[in-house]
Amino acid sequence: MNQATEPTTVNASIEVNAPQQRAFEVFTRDFGAFKPPDHNLLAVPIAETVVETHAGGHIIDRGTDGSECRWARVLAYEPHDRFVFSWDISPYWQVETDLAKTSEVEVTFTALGDDRTRVDIEHRDLDRHGDGWTGIRDGVSTGEGWPFYLDRYADLLTADETRTTG
Amino acid sequence: METYALDGWAALGDPTRRTIFARLASAPSAVGELADTLPVSRPAVSQHLKILKTAGLVTDERAGARRIYRVDQSGLRQMRAELETFWNDTLSAYKRAVEQPGPTRNEHTNPTHRQPGDNP
Repeated sequence: MNQATEPTTVNASIEVNAPQQRAFEVFTRDFGAFKPPDHNLLAVPIAETVVETHAGGHIIDRGTDGSECRWARVLAYEPHDRFVFSWDISPYWQVETDLAKTSEVEVTFTALGDDRTRVDIEHRDLDRHGDGWTGIRDGVSTGEGWPFYLDRYADLLTADETRTTG
Repeated sequence: METYALDGWAALGDPTRRTIFARLASAPSAVGELADTLPVSRPAVSQHLKILKTAGLVTDERAGARRIYRVDQSGLRQMRAELETFWNDTLSAYKRAVEQPGPTRNEHTNPTHRQPGDNP
């Protein structure tokens, strides 16, 4: 009966001109080299991103000042087919310490030819972050959270057409 | 009837709708509860809710005889939109990295990955 429920998964995929083994190795070993740099959870620039290549390991951003951010737990490392890690990042791009409120990213590698590989990403269980979102929503009464979003909406609108009031 | 843009920013251009949206952000509510505390009529509140719903900012769910409106799905929607951008950007950059010939940038300290096809 629940109509128009938002999906709780994000999918993305790409085909690359590389053998499956290289596709896997570059993705896991060099993750920090292509991860968008503006999504940095540290206060300083990232010196390196380390992917510990075994289940139970972490993905760790190391800052130029030596600070560390462990923002993912490696859940499966299966060369050269599959790589699964947790997403311990809140909707506000901060490390989530409550593991019940984390989602999961599965990356699979499929050979399409000797030099062609398809990479599929499934980022799932996003609704698990929803509890955190509810907390943010509840923060309205204390003047945090939602008003920030409303201000952002409002700023965009005033830049656009709402000029009836000062 | 007008046609409404499916755009959250435009839907929140109206001050009354912003107020309703903020109310729903603090607590899911039925139409009557909103109308009781706002200087607008119940049909007007319904109309505003319809626009917010069309824009994807609120969802509704039947609870007995009432219909409860809430905004939390919009949080998930925003998060999905942001993550979609993140993963698409990441994969584009990844494609550039993986299709570069030879070893990639991060390899200066750790020469443990030898490619089987590497001939001297």
